[in-house]
Amino acid sequence: MSTQKLKEIIKQVLPDVETVICWQEGYDKLNVTPIFITSPEQVDQVVWNPLCAQNLASYLPSQKKKVAVAVKGCDSRTIVQYMQEGLIDRNNVVIIGIPCKGTVSKKKVQKAIGNEPVEEVTFTDDAIKVKTPSGEKTLALADVCPTKCTSCQFPTPIVYDQLTGDAIKSDKPPESVYADVVELEGKTLEERKAYFASQFDKCIRCYACRNACPMCVCQDSCIAETRDPHWITQRNSLDEKVMFHMIHALHLAGRCVECGECERVCPMEIPVAKLKKKINKEMKDLFDYTPGVNPEDKPPMYTFNVDEAKIKEHKL
Amino acid sequence: MADKGYLPKEKIKEFVEALGKDAAVYAPCLEGDTITFRQYTPDKEISLDRPANTPPKGAIYPQCETLLSFEFKKDAATPQKMDVELKANTDFPKAVVFGGRPCDAKGFTVIDRVFVNTDTADPYYKKRRENTTIVTKCCNGPYAGCFCVGVGGGPASREGSDVVMTEVDGGYYLEAVTEKGKAVMSLPIIQDGSSYEAKAKQANEKATGAVRNPFPADARISPELFDSGDFWGRVVEKCVSCGACTFLCPTCYCFNITDEQAITTGERIRSWDSCMFQHFTLETSGHNPRPAKYKRFRNRVGHKFSYYPEKYDGAIACTGCGRCIRYCPVSVDISEIVGYLKDPKADPKQWAADKKDAKN
Repeated sequence: MSTQKLKEIIKQVLPDVETVICWQEGYDKLNVTPIFITSPEQVDQVVWNPLCAQNLASYLPSQKKKVAVAVKGCDSRTIVQYMQEGLIDRNNVVIIGIPCKGTVSKKKVQKAIGNEPVEEVTFTDDAIKVKTPSGEKTLALADVCPTKCTSCQFPTPIVYDQLTGDAIKSDKPPESVYADVVELEGKTLEERKAYFASQFDKCIRCYACRNACPMCVCQDSCIAETRDPHWITQRNSLDEKVMFHMIHALHLAGRCVECGECERVCPMEIPVAKLKKKINKEMKDLFDYTPGVNPEDKPPMYTFNVDEAKIKEHKL
Repeated sequence: MADKGYLPKEKIKEFVEALGKDAAVYAPCLEGDTITFRQYTPDKEISLDRPANTPPKGAIYPQCETLLSFEFKKDAATPQKMDVELKANTDFPKAVVFGGRPCDAKGFTVIDRVFVNTDTADPYYKKRRENTTIVTKCCNGPYAGCFCVGVGGGPASREGSDVVMTEVDGGYYLEAVTEKGKAVMSLPIIQDGSSYEAKAKQANEKATGAVRNPFPADARISPELFDSGDFWGRVVEKCVSCGACTFLCPTCYCFNITDEQAITTGERIRSWDSCMFQHFTLETSGHNPRPAKYKRFRNRVGHKFSYYPEKYDGAIACTGCGRCIRYCPVSVDISEIVGYLKDPKADPKQWAADKKDAKN
């Protein structure tokens, strides 16, 4: 199992870095939480299983010193995008790549087990077994994985220094990535408006989506909160909520690495990633660009061509 | 007219509609996979299956409320003079909070000490609180993260509720806790429930026994560990500084006041603030007394488990509802952190940063 290999690699790289960022068991068996390893004794606490859904690469820009980080394929796109945007110094990051066959959505599992407290969790190749006070339930990983895993194109990290196992090739068709967006596009404007209104109405403006987003770089200066200038009111009407989510989505145009953190962390279970995916799809059509894939790429909104192939200019 | 009533499960909707005859009822409503407190209308689906994602706090202490509206008017006689006309918001209709949990109801008692039981009561909260009846559903058992018994509550605690309901054979056993609760029990839909009392008591005891208590009994917070920057740096390192924990908390009551102005008209609104945000207590001068993440986080824990208890006879400003744990993006567990602080063997040296400065 690659957990053992992961621990070995961590022990090996630890002397060269200040911290190794990885996962450990959380407050119950269904939860994992980040661990910041600074001493060899902590390495035994490391876990690797499909519950390790969190994108740990998000912590990199705030690290001041040399660190190592464990990343899945999807998470590695964050690092690539950081490199493109100059947000990290690649020389200060040791990337421990983990080939991943798919993660588990805690929310989907909880729903499937009727929100009972979890006593024990075990995994087989394609299923998760959850023990609760009322018995054991076996759930197929395919049924409880986050949406992003159903169309994963990058099961193996794109960049890494060490790999914990053999590289895996994607068996998902590329066109499946935007299947949910295509479905939404098939609806009428009124239907789409009603859909987003009912979803964003649940927003409590806690900004978990923003703070968990690896590419949200404004952070403390976010215009959703600044007092001076006072861009958006603090009212909690639907208009204000939609305004915030639109800003979030637009700031990620051609930058969103589709890690799904915004959606994973939303306490109100709003599909916040949909808007961003829609914009990414447009960017793909316009500029044939996929964020976070090639470190040498320049994000399309960071540059321009005098004549863009697919943008019709107003000719005066 | 008994103090002990019974309501069959299938009559919940009817009961809520009866409560809503002369009041706005806030109930846990199912929207997709989310359960959130909404003002009940017949098209909504009430769910009592699990605690709602949000507490019902907003029914009495809204996330955003208008304190007053204002309008600037020119004085016709002296055009260079502007008068401002103020109109206070005094609209506080009768309300019922239905289907919250005992931890949610207890949350209101935490806010009461600050906003009502003081010589400078907050008129908005006070009036709403007076006009609200709280009908609480006891929990059948704990949910992920729950630790109500560790902070003096319990899955059948009556504190803060006017009526408590316990799930028994195909329905709910209801008990009035206050005079307001007795008025609810006089509704004709409530049947006599005396025969269910023993069963309900048994269910309550079973639920109470199943909840974890993460803290050693009578333990106090170690001031040395509380003051240790290394400790906070370590336990808070993974926090992403979002406001989910505070906005989902039934007891957090910090607020911000802003004037939302158009050209000549506007409103002064009060909205929830969160000590997790960088702007929290940012001063006009630009000075920020809590510039680092760990300092803000320490404020949250300190407020609930240290400063508030010091001020209010040892009462803890946390009801153990578990939402901040359950919905934390990175699974930060406040009960684990307070557990370290309350550990009689707590020693700041154990947390000393060995290789790096963890304070970021």
